[in-house]
Amino acid sequence: MKRSTLLVNAMLIAGAIVVAFPLLWMFSVSFMPRGAASAFPPPLLPPEPTLENYRELFSRHEAWRYMLNSALVATFATAIALVLNTMAGYAFAKLKFKGRERLFRILLGALVIPAQVTMIPLFAMVKGMGLVSTYGGVIIPSMASVFGIFLVRQYALSLPDELLEAARIDGASEWRIFRSVVVPLLKPIVITLGILTFLATWNDFMWPLIVLTDQKMHTLPVALAGLSREHVQDNELMMAGAVITVLPVLVLFLALQRYYIAGILAGSIKG
Amino acid sequence: MASVTLKGVRKVYKNGHVGVDRADLEIRDGELIVLVGPSGCGKSTLLRIVAGLEEVTEGTVFIGDRDVTHLEPRERDIAMVFQSYALYPHMTVRENLGFGLKLRGMPAKEIERQVLEAAEMLDLTSMLDRLPRQLSGGQRQRVALGRALVRHPQVFLLDEPLSNLDAKLRGAMRAEIARLHQRLKTTMIYVTHDQIEAMTLGERVVVMDKGVLQQVDTPMNVYEHPVNLFVAGFLGNPPMNMFRGRLIDRAGPQLEGEGTSLSLPKSAESLLRTHLEREVVAGIRPEDFYRERTSPTDIEIDGVVELLESVGSESFLHFRYGSLPMIARIKPIRLPAIGERIKLHAPEHKILYFDGESGKAVVI
Repeated sequence: MKRSTLLVNAMLIAGAIVVAFPLLWMFSVSFMPRGAASAFPPPLLPPEPTLENYRELFSRHEAWRYMLNSALVATFATAIALVLNTMAGYAFAKLKFKGRERLFRILLGALVIPAQVTMIPLFAMVKGMGLVSTYGGVIIPSMASVFGIFLVRQYALSLPDELLEAARIDGASEWRIFRSVVVPLLKPIVITLGILTFLATWNDFMWPLIVLTDQKMHTLPVALAGLSREHVQDNELMMAGAVITVLPVLVLFLALQRYYIAGILAGSIKG
Repeated sequence: MASVTLKGVRKVYKNGHVGVDRADLEIRDGELIVLVGPSGCGKSTLLRIVAGLEEVTEGTVFIGDRDVTHLEPRERDIAMVFQSYALYPHMTVRENLGFGLKLRGMPAKEIERQVLEAAEMLDLTSMLDRLPRQLSGGQRQRVALGRALVRHPQVFLLDEPLSNLDAKLRGAMRAEIARLHQRLKTTMIYVTHDQIEAMTLGERVVVMDKGVLQQVDTPMNVYEHPVNLFVAGFLGNPPMNMFRGRLIDRAGPQLEGEGTSLSLPKSAESLLRTHLEREVVAGIRPEDFYRERTSPTDIEIDGVVELLESVGSESFLHFRYGSLPMIARIKPIRLPAIGERIKLHAPEHKILYFDGESGKAVVI
């Protein structure tokens, strides 16, 4: 019994090291002077810690601009996606309308289509709307997702009908029920979906690269890729770029992980 | 306050299941009426139809003289207490109580006054700032009641409100609901599957089965004069003993069945004219058996004691008459031994008769 616990813990610790090592080394390298990480064997900690890489990123490469662009895109996309997915997910779970189940099955069917397949037609649509090289063009495709609707629906199914009926009898309109009763109860899943959407849009590389032609409008991952083409050998600068890309979402995740876990567990443990 | 009238209400679900069939019912202004029946009998459906949570397939629903058949729940001026309480989990007791008033646009001061008044009536004042999950089952039930009564609706609808409580609390809450009704004099429709609740609370009782209203009457009348075998068997615990047999004339009416025969009293002679050679069911409630003869017209039944259950104030005597297992509820004095052959007597006027085919009561 005790030995098996020990074994499990040892495996977990080993796993944690494997996962955490690249992340920690990324932080470490970002503080190393130019060329230091290419030495053999590579140093674990910076011999002389420096902020030179960050300074260069923000002054010469205008990293603040790309950060702002990313923040703008991710925030708007997340906010709109939360509103639309929550409303749709609740409607599919609890409101009665004709063709509900059939429509939902069609939506689920769309999940099997890989994103790459839809990219060219999607680009044609965005172009048709005159949204190429606008933030609108980046945001619109992520405003609602089948996965988001599905996530909210599964959670909303666990809301007791009697609660909604009680509100109906209390005199609430459907909109009021959604706002005052449903949304507060969906909080864990809304936060989970918020984190997932923010992460996805913040990290998204392909779609902003396709849609945004003006370099000044690029988001962080796109700008970072451009940077790596220019500075193939400059590992320390690249790692500093990676840190400012990863850090905001990491902080967001850590701050909200309590709700996130509650949301993920929601399906399995009925509260 | 208002009366509630159902006219020819019928509810057929999409799958063809008939939830309620041609229900005609008039509930008087200020009356507490109890809908009772086994699960799936349509009593909750009927209540939800009055609430506006289910649409009728046919028929009309009136509250007072207003036709509400096609109105939304919030336009009906009703309040409902649910079996699961259905309190808003993210709102405090105060917010739960005041939510309905807030939706009606009542000024905050007035809401507070009404909430405090309801809280006082239900002994909730000390827990106004707690969330539902911090309350016990009984307290939650009181909040659910409070949420209904704070609105001063025309009709209260209660859907098995006590079935999630333990037996002791259920008794206390039952008394509380009766007291509230005495005080408020608001029309109440109360749904339950518990016959004790039905008998003790209802001014009138509606017994339902398979979506059909079987009998509507005062609790005592329903108990003593059930209109059919279903009502007779549903009310009463332990249930009524029912002897089914073919009626023959052997120097008096006699039922032949259950591997034996039962001599019926003289008063049942009129049955010979209507039911000779037909199936008849004779029903005797367990409490109508006596060890001693009380009158010369009593009928006599003998059997072998199979089991004795004593609950202190009374004993349940299980015995077999022919092949029919029967129960008598007797005083726990000089109890027979198991296996002993005993004689029991029942007064003739306590025996009920039912047509064996239709199940309808036969009045003699």
